[in-house]
Amino acid sequence: MTDVKILINGDKAVSVEFGQEISLHINHKVTALKTVLESEKITGIEELIPTYCSLLIIYDPLILDYDTLKDKLNLLLDKLDSVSLPEKRVIEIPVAYGGEYGPDLSEVAALHNMTPEEVIRLHAAPEYPIYMLGFVAGFPYLGGMNKAIATPRKKTPRLRIVSGSVGIAGEQTGIYSVESPGGWQIIGRTPLKLYDATREKPVLLEAGQYIRFKPISDDEFKAMME
Amino acid sequence: MSIKILNGGLMTTVQDMGRFGYQASGMQVSGVMDVYSASIANTLVGNDVRAAVLETTFLGPELEIMDSCLIAVAGGLPELMVDGQKVECYKALRLNKGQKLRCGGMSQGIRSYIAVAGGFSVPEILESRSTNLKLGIGGLEGRQLAAGDILAIGEPSDFAKAILAGKAMPGSCRPVTGQGDVTELRVVLGPQDNYFSSTTINEVFAQGIYTVSNNSDRMGYRLEGEPVKWENDKDMITDGIVFGSVQIPPNGQPIIMMADHQTTGGYPKIATVISADLPVLAQCTPGTRVHFSIVTVQEAQRIYREFVSGLNNRLENIKRSPVGKNKVVNYELKVNGQLFQVSVEEM
Repeated sequence: MTDVKILINGDKAVSVEFGQEISLHINHKVTALKTVLESEKITGIEELIPTYCSLLIIYDPLILDYDTLKDKLNLLLDKLDSVSLPEKRVIEIPVAYGGEYGPDLSEVAALHNMTPEEVIRLHAAPEYPIYMLGFVAGFPYLGGMNKAIATPRKKTPRLRIVSGSVGIAGEQTGIYSVESPGGWQIIGRTPLKLYDATREKPVLLEAGQYIRFKPISDDEFKAMME
Repeated sequence: MSIKILNGGLMTTVQDMGRFGYQASGMQVSGVMDVYSASIANTLVGNDVRAAVLETTFLGPELEIMDSCLIAVAGGLPELMVDGQKVECYKALRLNKGQKLRCGGMSQGIRSYIAVAGGFSVPEILESRSTNLKLGIGGLEGRQLAAGDILAIGEPSDFAKAILAGKAMPGSCRPVTGQGDVTELRVVLGPQDNYFSSTTINEVFAQGIYTVSNNSDRMGYRLEGEPVKWENDKDMITDGIVFGSVQIPPNGQPIIMMADHQTTGGYPKIATVISADLPVLAQCTPGTRVHFSIVTVQEAQRIYREFVSGLNNRLENIKRSPVGKNKVVNYELKVNGQLFQVSVEEM
């Protein structure tokens, strides 16, 4: 495979990089390699961390040395094109838009000379690919937002954005998985917990899946929180 | 069985070997900064190396013993006092109910590890007891320890019980640091060394002396020195990070990612500190001067194997030493360039 690089991250990790651009085409290759490695179960590989264009592979050098791992990866990379990706999974994220849950919705709408309903319609239309998770536990990096609702970050970041908040920052949209300060334009909130350490599966989303936002009413939001 | 915190010290948290297996979800590993010293502290009190310990930072805590127990402190060397009497680090101490252990300022290093026989028995969150301060999980309520906290202790091993019952002598060992004026950190180049010219890598990064800044913590060590300039000024796309990654932000001042590092980041990483040198780095105080020297990944993995077998030998010696012996046994060990003297006292 051309353009693929096996990069060294010290004595316990390598990353396999498929290019330097944010695209579904490249991200699919990351998912494909992750899928193959999960099924191959190579002894000594401990953790796989997918990002936009590369897969970070953590391994135990007492069991598997760099040269052996590199040879194994090269063999797998040669037949990567024939790997079928896991079936496309779209996860529905219910969102109460506007009002107390989305304090910046009217500002975003006014900036684009739209009604709030129009912003909601454009935001809830696409299936957003999850390129990767990072920054904090459960935070998804999404692609595919309609550029018509792209909005710069707030000039003064908020000190506290509650978890579940759905926001826009430039051409990106995202969901705060954990309460934190931030400058995103908050247009709604989901009652789903993207991250909950007490749950068996602490993080709801996975790289490679898709999400779609489904508008719900404030009453539905409250009912789901109970 | 429990221990009460009378004073939490500057920054004391419960840590174990870390929360692995969830980095793909964006969750940091956390865990002890200095795996080597934490392993020794645990072994001195008869624990598995994975037992939860207290990691202290420069000014340690004061503890009140609620039930008789066996405690050892390793890593950075604090002024260690029991009821006002000076006692030794790197030695298992039998402490009785009501006694107070105080970890004062450190004469060497910056983090010490307090292990208790049976381990600190905080709830496991995702298979780990490590405190993750950012998420507020693990350890005790996901936070640093404070006065009034009570920490439960697990069941001591038979090895620890024999020492507690006076049937065996506590083991001890002592580190002699071999670091001179400048601490050497060996690194493997990559993954983004192509962002830098070979002149920058060989004549700036690998020649310069960098100082650990005050702005260094469990997330990252910030260094100050001659800037490492990007050759390639195009922004890179966020990718994965490991413990030891040397990030170069646009100002050229290296940041080394430590135990609480985020799982992903967007600055080019010129190199990665080798695993065998991370315990040394974790003990560097602000103001320490460091120097990078480049090794190949094959060399780094050979050094790592030696590091692990050196540590394992040392742990085996601690485990073998006390039970049923009545004479003094001394060992001298050279591990990773450091000379260690291990002695077991007569009963």
